Amino acid sequence: MSWNWEVIFSSLPKLLEGTLLTLELVVISLLVGAVLSIPLALMRTSANPLIRGIPLGYTFFFRGTPLLVQLFLFYYGLAQFDAVRESIFWPYLREAYWCALIVFTLNTTAYTTEILRGAIQAVPNGEIEAAQSIGMSRALMFRRITLPLAYRIALPAYSNEIILMLKGSALASTITLLDLTGMARTIIARTYMPIEIFFAAGCIYLLLTFIFVQLYRLFERRMLRHQAARTSDASATS
Amino acid sequence: MKSILVGLLAMMLVSGNALADKIRIGTEGAYPPFNMIGKDGKPAGFDVDIAKALCEKMGTDCAFVTQDWDGIIPGLLAGKYDAIVASMSITEERMRAVDFTNKYYSNSLRFIVKKGTDIDTGNLKGMSVGAQRATIAANHAESIEGAKAKLYDTQENAYLDLSSGRIDVLVTDMLPGYDWLKSEQGQDYQFIGKTIDIDDKIGIAVRKGDGKLRDRLNKAITEIIKDGTYATINSKYFPFSVY
Amino acid sequence: MFDLQGFGDQLLLGVWMTLRVAAGGLVMGLLLGLVGAGLKLSKSRIAYGIGATYTTVIRGIPELLVVLIIYFGSAGLLTKMAGWFGHDGYVELSPLLAGIIALGIAFGAYATEVFRGAIQAIPEGQTEAAAACGMSQWQTFFRIVLPQAWRVAIPGLGNLFQVLLKDTALISVVGLDELMRKSQIAISNTKEPFTFYFVAALIYLSITVIVMIGQRYAENWASRGVARRTE
Repeated sequence: MSWNWEVIFSSLPKLLEGTLLTLELVVISLLVGAVLSIPLALMRTSANPLIRGIPLGYTFFFRGTPLLVQLFLFYYGLAQFDAVRESIFWPYLREAYWCALIVFTLNTTAYTTEILRGAIQAVPNGEIEAAQSIGMSRALMFRRITLPLAYRIALPAYSNEIILMLKGSALASTITLLDLTGMARTIIARTYMPIEIFFAAGCIYLLLTFIFVQLYRLFERRMLRHQAARTSDASATS
Repeated sequence: MKSILVGLLAMMLVSGNALADKIRIGTEGAYPPFNMIGKDGKPAGFDVDIAKALCEKMGTDCAFVTQDWDGIIPGLLAGKYDAIVASMSITEERMRAVDFTNKYYSNSLRFIVKKGTDIDTGNLKGMSVGAQRATIAANHAESIEGAKAKLYDTQENAYLDLSSGRIDVLVTDMLPGYDWLKSEQGQDYQFIGKTIDIDDKIGIAVRKGDGKLRDRLNKAITEIIKDGTYATINSKYFPFSVY
Repeated sequence: MFDLQGFGDQLLLGVWMTLRVAAGGLVMGLLLGLVGAGLKLSKSRIAYGIGATYTTVIRGIPELLVVLIIYFGSAGLLTKMAGWFGHDGYVELSPLLAGIIALGIAFGAYATEVFRGAIQAIPEGQTEAAAACGMSQWQTFFRIVLPQAWRVAIPGLGNLFQVLLKDTALISVVGLDELMRKSQIAISNTKEPFTFYFVAALIYLSITVIVMIGQRYAENWASRGVARRTE
């Protein structure tokens, strides 16, 4: 087991190319997921059991099955049906890139919806009552009171979701995409040096995690700056 | 306590020495008709039959280890098994990492497309061309000018995407392609263009320096060809000689 | 409901393997989590450093990569180590054990944080009281801290176990014959990817539900000494 630094350095450009695709997949699916999860979380907190039930089925499926299964079901599974292949969606569904993006988005939306639901339910009753007592409409109250407070409550849990999505994106390599892991596996297919290349890929993932966490911390501090002003101990917000 | 620990460790680890005269054969199990896994969960196919015949000639027990394709050489180097019998082409690139026996069959590459599509194999610009990752077919697909190579973990997944129309052209080893075209799924597909004869010989890979095993395997290959065992296995899968 | 074309038995065998990997990973992960929490709560800087490196590194790289690294890396390393003890020849982990180790390492990194939080949630007065009674550190830990820490830790550990269960699918990539790989084998024979991946998804869902129910029992059991407050 001699360690080969040279192969690491010579594959770095390719690995960085894969890193870009990884970032693209993660960032887009997280952003779309963050938007989609708002109405779904609202439905989940509805008083009507029917409205509550529909997104539950969806979040239950996506949180209860492995991402790999979801990806294969969507990519290889759907293509089993002629109807899918003749539909107007096929130009997108035939691309591994879109399949990965759609599945990642559906997956992260499911998790984010549940995080947000928990946060909305955790908004103190007093705040809601106060808003009602000054005659806010439901929509206004949701926009001005419930949602901003829920976001603050959800922030720490959401940072975990970001990291999980980053790590989950490695599965894109199983449906022909050349993301960071896919690129690493393709390089290994030529060099037969799995440990060195996986080590290099692992370092890049760690670096990405680190950058995500730092950026998120800045963002969190900004969102929670009203609290930071009150407590002298900044770490209380993290 | 200590002896229990040692015992436990020994139970968990499979030691190469403990199995001195048992040869572990690495194969993929997703490459019909050469190696695949059936309903009983056991590997079968041309490669497997050949390996069994070789082991019988060498008078040793053989155990099969299945391994995904792009990890198959690293697995050999790491000592997970002693020889790869998995339709592996003898290439210079691979010979830097492993040693090969003499060939046990020959291979060439072909293009497969859907019947009725008008595709010129001389000009595949803008087409998506599929192949299995870490194969010579993949090398060929990647080398086609202007085409978009899509590489799959298994040949099976490449077939699935050819059927679904995600790829326009599949570059494949000729013999498994021949087998697939005969199957129900392959009915609407055909070979096109000329055979890409790349003088491809299929051999058994062993670790570098494992010359003793290589010599034994070579001797056994010669023997099964001589006594007709090879021809029997050959005719089970193909109506023509693949040697 | 679904025509499994004779592959039902194979899928069941796959489920059994999935459960074995998950159970093994859980046991290994719990042990690693306890050790990790011990390291991170230690007053020794070196111990803390080791614990912190473990959790940071493992939580920062994809589980798929951990699986691949353990699988390809373990044999070389073990063979080398065996060499130091005068054993020549190859030594390797079975795929099952490699899977258990990979999942256990991943689980352990997260469990470290859960245990650390749970142990910190035990008021210091209790450990001081135990010390005042003359209990040794070990006694205090196993008789006072751990039984109470479980109660706090079980919801978190339950969620981690659900994650672990789903991660078992990753082991299929290196060829362990668990549910996912058995499904793929069935697909290569039947060419019906949707049917088999969907059945696999339903099986994973059922296992998740069973785990959730078990988790509720475990939570009740762990908090049996705590009187329920009625509001």
